[in-house]
Amino acid sequence: MTALLEVSGLSVTFDGFRAINNLSFSIGPTELRAIIGPNGAGKTTFMDIVTGKTRPNTGTITFGERAVSLLGLNEAKIARAGIGRKFQRPTVFEDQTVTDNLILALRAPRSPWRVLSWRPKPPNMARVKALAEEVGLGDQLARKSGELSHGQKQWLEIAMLLAQEPRLLLVDEPAAGMTPAEREQTTTLLVNLAKTRAVVVVEHDMDFVRRLNCRVTVLHEGAVLAEGSLDHVTRNPEVINVYLGRG
Amino acid sequence: MLPAFSVQKYPGGPGAGPRSDSRARSFLVRNPSVLIFLSALALFTLFVTVTSEAYGAGFVSTSFVKTLGKTLCLCLVALAMDLIWGYAGILSLGHMAFFALGGYMTGMWLMYARTEEIVVAALSQGGLPATPEEISQGIATQIFGVVGASDLPAIWGFAHSLPLQLTLALAIPGLLALIFGWLAFRSRVTGVYLSILTQAMTLALALYLFQNDSGLRGNNGLSGLQNLPGLGNTSQDLVSVWFFWASAAALGLAYFAVAWIVSGKFGSVIRAIRDDEARVRFLGYSVEGYKLFLFTLTAIIAAIAGALYYPQAGIINPAELAPIASIYLAVWVAIGGRGRLYGAVIGAAFVSLVSSWFTSGRVPSLNLGFYTINWVDWWLVLLGLAFVAVTLFAPKGIGGLFDRFQHIGTPDRKGAPLGPDDGSFQEKEAQP
Repeated sequence: MTALLEVSGLSVTFDGFRAINNLSFSIGPTELRAIIGPNGAGKTTFMDIVTGKTRPNTGTITFGERAVSLLGLNEAKIARAGIGRKFQRPTVFEDQTVTDNLILALRAPRSPWRVLSWRPKPPNMARVKALAEEVGLGDQLARKSGELSHGQKQWLEIAMLLAQEPRLLLVDEPAAGMTPAEREQTTTLLVNLAKTRAVVVVEHDMDFVRRLNCRVTVLHEGAVLAEGSLDHVTRNPEVINVYLGRG
Repeated sequence: MLPAFSVQKYPGGPGAGPRSDSRARSFLVRNPSVLIFLSALALFTLFVTVTSEAYGAGFVSTSFVKTLGKTLCLCLVALAMDLIWGYAGILSLGHMAFFALGGYMTGMWLMYARTEEIVVAALSQGGLPATPEEISQGIATQIFGVVGASDLPAIWGFAHSLPLQLTLALAIPGLLALIFGWLAFRSRVTGVYLSILTQAMTLALALYLFQNDSGLRGNNGLSGLQNLPGLGNTSQDLVSVWFFWASAAALGLAYFAVAWIVSGKFGSVIRAIRDDEARVRFLGYSVEGYKLFLFTLTAIIAAIAGALYYPQAGIINPAELAPIASIYLAVWVAIGGRGRLYGAVIGAAFVSLVSSWFTSGRVPSLNLGFYTINWVDWWLVLLGLAFVAVTLFAPKGIGGLFDRFQHIGTPDRKGAPLGPDDGSFQEKEAQP
């Protein structure tokens, strides 16, 4: 199985601080992976680099079967290549309705000229409705998303990511601020999503990671410290020392 | 999860309308304000026409028809400002530069063609028909004598042709906006820094045009633009109404076009850019491309407005590109209510008409006993206070007043039940 995302020898320095230090990472086309690590381990910086927000000093990132390099691309092109990102805080367009938010995310041409003449057709609206129902927002379509509760916004953002149909999904702390029942739903959703695409979850909550039941990568000081099943990495003395021992 | 017992129809809101066979009709149905605005504009045009000196009873003087025509042009440029600022959140403080450039480009043809007529007439007095060299020399001396030059600068090369010069009236501001916007947006300059950059652009352009060797007559500017070539004997009464019609038509068409643009997914994208542009990038939209598209489009709309404005004003000079002009434009849109198209139009019309009334000297001075307020001097203070008051107390501007009427017919209960018991008629079900 060839890797969907292949990162090697990645380094980035902020004002002399090495946030990412010779990091190598790869993930297959249908895989669920959790990334854990203490604060400042470089988890968010890693996501920033993959999505094009931060440029690395050295290293290579390739994506897809044809191993396209992501280094020269901007955020929009990387997103169009098929990488979706879910932020820690729900970021939806609060001034617009749930429908508008979902239509923005729907897989469709993105250039200004094409968007100018794009009007929703019945299949598009059916897809929007199906997506909203999938995340329990079926009867909230006409509401402004700013009126939704925190949890509903999280779900709306997840529905927007689904609408984008990404091949690689980067999810930043999905369980933060969710009720136990919502966590359960989120776990199921992420496991299901990983059947058809690659999903990378950055998470602090070990309980949540255990439920995901997937391969775990431990980051420390910008590099991979250990990789394997959760039981495997939690038995690693180095991991216990830098991460688990503290908390 | 909320119980889902209401029947979900196609939701309302921009870009999410019902299936309809006639797209144009459904667009107007979904945006009643467009139809109301266009009807009001048509009625207003009809009213001015039948009360003008040229075509009607003559209650409205020709100079006032010109003032109204110019006001419509200002409404048009305010519409462009609302599109880029109110919808996309880009506070450009340089759009009056594009307005003035549009005016300069049309002014060049008006002045050239009119001078050509005069020169040909004068030379034919001598009996011998004038040679083309004599004519062009005569035109150059007539136009540029005032800045001490006697040759026609190269930039006047197209001034003999109306179609070419009208093309330039759109192409020059459009190109300038394209190049400037490309440089600015590519570097991801946003917010107040972009505003300062656009101010610098209009100031630099104004300073350049103030020079006598800029080829556009320095601080004299272009004048006599109210005289249409070939229509020397036509009364200004008629010409003023024609330009009023043209301005009203341009405003109506642009309003329809801009309303159509913002009603669809494009409008949704640019409002999203205004609220969180980083998120829009991660959705795969090229934010810079959208900004550049809008910046250029609004520059061209501003240029059209300017091209219609200056023939009614009669004169254009580099002072029209002063940074303050673009700041006024932002003030109009803010007072009218940004983010809604009719707000921008109302703001521009209201503030510019009140402004010309206050500065005309016809407003009686206010005697406070210890001090007399002379409105010509104090109007700007009043405008500044009004701007501060609107920003603090009515951020939606004058247009926000219309929101109060919106729910008179159907009170907005945010979809709550209409009766006290569970399972009662829902507001959503009650709506047609």
